Amino acid sequence: MATFKEFRNDVKPNWCPGCGDFSVQAAMQRAAANVGLEPENLAVVSGIGCSGRISGYIKSYGFHGIHGRSLPIAQGVKMANRELTVIASGGDGDGFAIGMGHTIHAIRRNIDITYIVMDNQIYGLTKGQTSPRSAAGFKTKSTPEGSIEQAVSPMELALSAGATFVAQSFSTDLKDLTAIIEAGINHKGFSFINVFSPCVTYNKINTYDWFKQNLTKLNTIEGYDSSNKEQAMQTLMKHDSLVTGIIYQDSSRPSYQELVPGYAEKALNKSDLTLDQAHFDKLVAEFM
Amino acid sequence: MINQLSWKVGGQQGEGIESTGEIFCIALNRLGYYLYGYRHFSSRIKGGHTNNKIRVSTTETRAISDDLDILVAFDQETIDVNYKELHEGGIIIADAKFKPVCPEDTKAELYIVPFTEIAAELGTSLMKNMVAIGATCAVLGMEISVFNDVVDEIFGRKGEEIVKKNMDAITAGYKAMEVLLGEKLGAMELEKADGQKRLFMIGNDAIALGAVAGGCRFMAAYPITPASEIMEYLIKKLPQLGGTVIQTEDEIAAATMAIGANYGGVRAITASAGPGLSLKMEAIGLAGITETPIVIVDTQRGGPSTGLPTKQEQSDLMAMIYGTHGEIPKIVMAPSTVEEAFYDTAEAFNLAEEYQCPVIVLSDLQLSLGKQTVQPLDYSKVEIRRGKLVDFDIEEPENKSYFKRYEVTEDGVSPRVVPGMKNGIHHVTGVEHDETGRPSETALNRKVQMDKRMRKLNNLTNTFKTPVYKNTPHEEADLLILGFNSTRGTIDEAIGRLESDGMKVNHAQIRLIHPFPADEVLSLVQAAKKVVVIENNATGQLANIIKMNVGHVNKIKSILKYDGNPFLPHEIHTQCKEMFEYGNV
Repeated sequence: MATFKEFRNDVKPNWCPGCGDFSVQAAMQRAAANVGLEPENLAVVSGIGCSGRISGYIKSYGFHGIHGRSLPIAQGVKMANRELTVIASGGDGDGFAIGMGHTIHAIRRNIDITYIVMDNQIYGLTKGQTSPRSAAGFKTKSTPEGSIEQAVSPMELALSAGATFVAQSFSTDLKDLTAIIEAGINHKGFSFINVFSPCVTYNKINTYDWFKQNLTKLNTIEGYDSSNKEQAMQTLMKHDSLVTGIIYQDSSRPSYQELVPGYAEKALNKSDLTLDQAHFDKLVAEFM
Repeated sequence: MINQLSWKVGGQQGEGIESTGEIFCIALNRLGYYLYGYRHFSSRIKGGHTNNKIRVSTTETRAISDDLDILVAFDQETIDVNYKELHEGGIIIADAKFKPVCPEDTKAELYIVPFTEIAAELGTSLMKNMVAIGATCAVLGMEISVFNDVVDEIFGRKGEEIVKKNMDAITAGYKAMEVLLGEKLGAMELEKADGQKRLFMIGNDAIALGAVAGGCRFMAAYPITPASEIMEYLIKKLPQLGGTVIQTEDEIAAATMAIGANYGGVRAITASAGPGLSLKMEAIGLAGITETPIVIVDTQRGGPSTGLPTKQEQSDLMAMIYGTHGEIPKIVMAPSTVEEAFYDTAEAFNLAEEYQCPVIVLSDLQLSLGKQTVQPLDYSKVEIRRGKLVDFDIEEPENKSYFKRYEVTEDGVSPRVVPGMKNGIHHVTGVEHDETGRPSETALNRKVQMDKRMRKLNNLTNTFKTPVYKNTPHEEADLLILGFNSTRGTIDEAIGRLESDGMKVNHAQIRLIHPFPADEVLSLVQAAKKVVVIENNATGQLANIIKMNVGHVNKIKSILKYDGNPFLPHEIHTQCKEMFEYGNV
């Protein structure tokens, strides 16, 4: 069985020193080892942005696609080979701006993959513009007078879109984050994990200290039941979504793959590409 | 006795116009006649004039006819819109219900049959279409028993009584028309057909069947006219083979999901029309630089933007060749018949894997939706070739480094592994990268990888099976006519007439649009005194591509049509002749 070190490669990330994404990378590597994966059985698909580089920093199959499209690519990979563990990842611009449509629909569809968003509430790689996660009033290069748009609330959106696994974490909580990613991988269906991953260069508001002061761990809320959707929604609204832990999980709903009629039980990429002549003749006869 | 007939049925959309044509055609196809259909329809569900024009012939035909012999009308609009197509001796059979009137200059004779009333008396007015088929039979002097099997197959699951009622409706239609026709019964009797078994299908059926035969097991697509039939067919058939179709949230998801599935090792397809292709362009570039195989179908329709969504056009050509930003190796194929659509789609999956690049199968609305008689399809001609896909155990790379997925090779194609393979780990990225897939911006690497990708297709025009369909009987021709996709049959027919006029005419349809088979086309151009390119667009896109590749800029002329309708044979015939006679060619 592979150790977390076997999920490391020799590529030096081009993230700024102190970037929250380093911990997300480490947590993914640890979680992959902890759930018993071999590097060749993991595919990490990522979007574009600082965080999108993560697929190149983990020793596994990695696909660094185009901006906002990590989810459809990842779903395609999983449909091709249901035996693989597939993790999609990217930033808040990738998942909640250009790729928001895919996020909502991937949640609805419930294909058994894990989606990890590194949420820093800013556009980093393009050097400091507003993100759909930036708070109203947030000043950036593209909003010099402060953002006049409302920030999206991905956790609430996910719940209303019918998510079966919704979790949030903070990049410095390596242990908690690792455990959540493990739970996400083990969840049979689409698991959505938003990780507060501070940008030390362009976001001077939502800093490590800011999160430490404002985040509430769900396991400190007495009687919190992650199978109770109503409680999950109320808790998110009460805490302005600034909570960490597994917010909601529905283990009863079958994943997409389990519901697809006729879908191969083994990896689809191993299926025979030829037809019996009789099968072909039958198909053709329908046009006579 | 006649050897061909043009029949049209028209009415309001949603009235069963299409099924009337369908039943009529299936029965005739089984008798061995060649059918070629053209659907005029609107971008709405109910209402609006729609018609189905069908050509019946004892010999192979792949063109709409210039005129019309029989018009079956379910409303006045059908007469008003179509009567001019009818020639002297033609027949209009109209439902008494709408009190049909013919314009003064109508050349055809009007017969009024109470379609709706007869049908209602037999049980339901819905069967008025069957009454109309019966009335048509009387004109053709055809026994109504030829419809027994088809009616049984279509209505059999609703019970014997329904089958009987529908046959009764056909009989009643025949009898009513028989009385009206008097001695003209069987006035348009067709010569007997050869009785050979052939298929009756649309191009989209053939594309979808070609995908199944070509090993495609996954599709991601978004509904759009005129491509949706491809996904609708595959969603029925792929589950029998363990595969499936996902209807995605948008066109971009469809393209990128298909890329993901192909990267995962499954042969996957996506299909759309112009608006969808515009949205897929960035993904096509991704497939190009990551060297991920993917097959994309573009069923062209009237553009730009929403344009003419239910009408014929061939204006996506340049966009399909050059559409993505940056430069990638890409193959664009353009089948010119339904049979070719089947074989080409199957072959597209081989080319996509052999060259590890996007392959676009270009169709157009008339090829995709025109229902027609198709020669038997031969599965033994379909090959599965997977190129440099690694299907054996691989050794651990030195120093535990990454597998060289983008290894620089002489032919530019690198060994390809799919996720899940031990020792095959590599990185894939849309960023310029080195041999193992790691991002690299160095000038040297950029040139090496760019050259590697671009040289993959260097030899394709020589190895591609039939880059140009040729009907070139003349060593020295007066005229060479070039086209692509569905114009083939119409050009064929026009050439027949030009030859009767005494001209020597060669014909070629370009089947491999990109990379362009320049040498072959050049020799055809050189062997003709004059050259004309026929296409359904306003700017002569194919003509420009030909000029760009073979020169002869002043010699190559265009005949263009972009009003939403396919060419008719007489249009090509007369325009070629006029250009020739007045020296404009």
